[in-house]
Order: sequence, then C-alpha cells, then structure tokens
Amino acid sequence: MSVPAFTGSNVMDVDAAKIRGAGSNVHFDKVSVAYGAHVVLHPLTLDIAPGEILAMIGPSGSGKTTALRAVAGFVRPASGRIRIGATDVTDLPPYERGLGMVVQNYALFPHMRVEDNVAFGLRAQGADKALIGERVKDSLATVGMSGFSKRYPRELSGGQQQRVAIARALAVRPRVLLLDEPLSALDAQIRRNMVEEIAKLHRDLPGLTILYVTHDQTEALTLADKIAIMRDGRVSSHGPTTELYRRPPNRFTAEFLGRANLLPVTVAEGAAGPKGLAKAKLGDAVLAGAGRSEKPGDRTLLCIRPQHLSLTGDEEHTNRIVGTLKEVHWQGELTHLVLDVDGTPVRVSATRLPVSLPERGSAMPLFFTPGDTSLVPEDVRG
Amino acid sequence: MLVWSRSGRMLIWAAFALVFGVLFLAPLAVILLSSLADQWNGVLPSGLTFEHYTDVAQGAAWKAVKASLITGFLASALALVSGTWAALALRIQDATLARVLGVLFFIPSAVPSVSVGLGLLVAFSHPPLLLNGTIAIVMVAHFVLISAFTFGNVSAGLARLSPDFEQVASSLGARPAYRLWHVTLPLLAPYLVAAFGLSFALSMGELGATVMVYPPGWVTLPVSIFSLTDRGDVFAGAALTIILVAATLVLLLGLERLAGRQTR
Repeated sequence: MSVPAFTGSNVMDVDAAKIRGAGSNVHFDKVSVAYGAHVVLHPLTLDIAPGEILAMIGPSGSGKTTALRAVAGFVRPASGRIRIGATDVTDLPPYERGLGMVVQNYALFPHMRVEDNVAFGLRAQGADKALIGERVKDSLATVGMSGFSKRYPRELSGGQQQRVAIARALAVRPRVLLLDEPLSALDAQIRRNMVEEIAKLHRDLPGLTILYVTHDQTEALTLADKIAIMRDGRVSSHGPTTELYRRPPNRFTAEFLGRANLLPVTVAEGAAGPKGLAKAKLGDAVLAGAGRSEKPGDRTLLCIRPQHLSLTGDEEHTNRIVGTLKEVHWQGELTHLVLDVDGTPVRVSATRLPVSLPERGSAMPLFFTPGDTSLVPEDVRG
Repeated sequence: MLVWSRSGRMLIWAAFALVFGVLFLAPLAVILLSSLADQWNGVLPSGLTFEHYTDVAQGAAWKAVKASLITGFLASALALVSGTWAALALRIQDATLARVLGVLFFIPSAVPSVSVGLGLLVAFSHPPLLLNGTIAIVMVAHFVLISAFTFGNVSAGLARLSPDFEQVASSLGARPAYRLWHVTLPLLAPYLVAAFGLSFALSMGELGATVMVYPPGWVTLPVSIFSLTDRGDVFAGAALTIILVAATLVLLLGLERLAGRQTR
C-alpha cells in the first residue's frame, strides 16, 4: 500500500502549532566520556540552538553516537555538563529528560499496534486518555500514517516503520529529537525519499531541535543547519553546513564532506579584497581561491570539488590547470574523469562532455572559478 | 545442504531412524506395551488390558499426579521469578561479576540430585529452619535443581533482546518498572514460557532429590513409579509412567501454543 508523504497539508490539518516551538537548546559543556582508561569522547563543547538541526557525522568510532547517547542519558559523562534548555540534565535519568529518540532499527515494540506504540510515551508519563487519543492522531497524521494505526509493526515496510518511530517520538512533544542513524537500515531509494520527508517535517515543525547522528554525508548536507564532523572522539570541525562544505577548515572535513580534490600549492599572496581571495602557485600556474590567514610562502592545499571543474573556460572560470587524462567513467547522469595534475589525481564530475574528448594520456586543461575554490590547511585535529 | 547425493541422504535418514528408533522410541514403546500387557513372557505380551490403569487409578495414582503437578507448577513459578530476576540483575553488572555469578547459578545442576537432596536434609533438619518432613523441602529441592535452567533460558532471551527497545522506552519517559512490565517482559515472553516449560518438565521427572526428602502424603509420580517397580510391579509402574508422560506432554503442548501466540 502506498503511503502519503509528510505533506504540509497533513500538518496543517493536525494543528501542528502545538508541536512548533517545543524545542530547546542543547549545550555540551566540556563533556567527555571514557570506558575505563579508553576515552571515547574528548571534552566536547558545543551548542545546538532551539529549532536547529545539528548533524554529527564521522567514521565509525569517532564518538558521534556516544555524544548522542550522553544527551539521551545512556552513557554517563566522565566530566562536563549537559544542559537542555535551562535544565542541567547530566545527572537526570533518561526518562526525566523530555526527549524523543529514533534509532536505526526503529525499535517499534512488536507486541503493540501502531497506535499503542505512538501512545507509549504518553501512557508511561500518565497522560489522560483524551490527550493520548488526540496526540496519537496528530502524530500519525504528521508522518502520513493515519491509515495504519491498527497494524502491528511486522505488517509495515521499513520506511513505514521508521515513520511510526518518528511519530512515536513526536507524540511526547520532545524538547529535543535525537535521531541515531535513523535511515541506515533502509534501501537507497527509500532513504532518499525519507531524507526529503524529514526535511519537510522540520520545515513544518521549525521549533523542533534535532540532533541527527549519521555517517551519511548526503543526509547531513540535505538536512542539517549545522554540521559537527567527528574524528577520534573530537570535533574536527563545526559550523553552518554550506560554510563547511564551501570552505572546509581542514583536509579531513574537505574529504569527509563531499568529494574534494586537494592540490598541494604554495601561497603567493595572502587573502585580500572583498572576497578574501588569495593566490597560490601550482607549478607555473597561479590560482586564486578563498583564503584565510595564509602568508606568502606557506604550503597549503587548494580544494576544488569535482563538479566545480569545467572542461571549458570562460570569463568566470579564470583558474586554469592542465592535467593528463587517465580514466573516463560514464555513470548515466554524470561522467567522471580522472586526471593527473602534477602527481595528484584530480576527479572531474561532468554533466556534459565536449563532442571529442582527448585520448587517455593526452594533456587536458581544466577551468574553475576562484569563488568555488578555497585554501585548506593540512590536517588540524580537534 | 550438507549431503548432496540422493543415496547419501537416504543413508543419513536410515542412520537417524535407527538411532531414534532404538534410543528413543523403543524404550517408550516397551513402557507403553508394559502398561497394557496382561502377561509378558515372550517377545510380545500375550494379551492387552487396561487393568493396570484402573488399578493405579484406584490406588494413590491421582494423589501422585496432583503432588507432581503442584510441585512442578510452584517450583517452576518460583524458579521463573527468581531466574528472571537474576538474569535481569546480572545484565547490568560488571561483565566479570556477571560471568562468575552466572556460573555459580549452574552449580546445583552439576551436582547429583541425590546429593542435593542429602544436602537439604542435613541443612534443614534442625531449627531454626526445620523443613525436613514438610512439603516445602520438596519444593526447595525442585527449585534448586531447575532454577539454573530457568536462569539460562531467560539470560539467552535477554542477550538476544536489542537494548534499543528499552532505551527508546526510557527516552519516551518510561520509568524502570513501567518499562519492565510493558516492554522487557512482553518481549521476553516466549523465553519465559519456554523456561517455565523446561523447568516443569524437569520437575515432573525429578526423582533423585525427591526420594531423599519427600514427606509421607506427598509422593510424586517418579517416586511412585520407583516404589512400584522396586516392589516388582513393573506393569503398574509402566502405567504410571505413561500417565506422567501424558500429563507433562499436555502441559508442554499448552505452553507451546501460548508461546506461539506470543511470538506471532
């Protein structure tokens, strides 16, 4: 059976204003977590603003899930405090924190019908029957699952189960919604749809603060207002999503958040002008890109995203490098080229190719705009 | 498939039929035939009769059935509660402590049941805990012998239970008791039913410890069977054995249906 999407009209129908504005800020104040001598989360200081979606991404073992579990109350910090709104929740048990949580495997209670799953939190908190009935109806409508209230979880698809899990978390009007890799168990097509639907849900419920843990950069880029990239138990970088993507502060961020070509260059001129463009030398070529506080002579990396490289130059694409064509991979919507530029492999994602592509092994110019380029220092941890 | 060829599979089936027939079916068939035998001097009984069943029914058979059922039910219920409690408690302990206590729980099942009975007799024959000669000592003996299996079954169920269920329940505001009653125990139900069934079956067949501690007036089925065969009344013993098997089977089938309903 097809499932209606989370639509704006669903939300309007169910008086979503009751859900709006429910969010609180979350503040990590030097929170660390250790298992014996093994530190899994080094002192973390971070703020999530009310109504903000913060995505924590990073490889396995980077500490992102530990940070979420510390907010939920399932791991006790070795040091530091966690505040949700004005409440210091560090020493509160999970059931007194006022959160909603959605996990990777949905964790719907298999012995309860959909409506009982959604009502669970309210019943546990002793809410009255009329309120429970109203909230269950509203929450299921919000995720487009009103017609499934009498079903058992085993009678639903993975995507439907995840919607019910979200409805269950929303029904308690959480101060913060914790999403722990919520889409990892879904197949690619459903995952793409669900990402769009969660984005829509947040547009409809703008007051809801969300901490979203994922290892999938696409989910993070699509959904998050801000991203914290975790590495080895530390925040490697943190900032607004577009800013982190366009001007990654270090190599790890550049490579983890989307694909990046990182060319080793020597700074020729420090950042100047209204756009803060610096100039850097790569062999004989002088290239312009957004700089930070580099000084002439500094060795750094020039970051260019594969889709920003053009095979043809014009008045905007003023940066020019020349590489040797090594590989061509056609993938339907995109064609990926791999070139060798001064010993560094450079990837190009092109939507359209010139009529005649040079032979493999031939020299080939690539063009890009200074605005799409930034200088990235080599790895800086923490 | 481990064995691919048709002849190989036939051979495996034949070996299975031989082992199953000789070791499992033949003794039961012999007991069944004995319980119905009029006289048995040759290869097969010379005639069949229900006389042994009517004899044991007129004797103390029903009292023994009742004693066994009550003992089995109470000891299994007690083992279920304490085994579940222990499994839940050990889950949140330090891994080493949990492992050590888990092993300690299984010690009574590694000791001969006669020794368990002897130990209880010695321990509870003097005040302040004078249980010798009471029904309670039979319950205690059965409880000691079966609780390890209950604990093992429930622990296995808990190990398979994703912590996500309980954590999500907590995050939604469920306090520990509410969570236990509405989430953990319902999810464990199939394991609880299986644990109860196994405990009950073990209790119904328990002889070694019971024969050491049973008081007059609380003779369980295995003790009755032992007494009858010891006196040479093999046919009546066989009839009681069939009654024991039937009573246990009926209860286990009922529990299996209940477990099936829980997992559906």
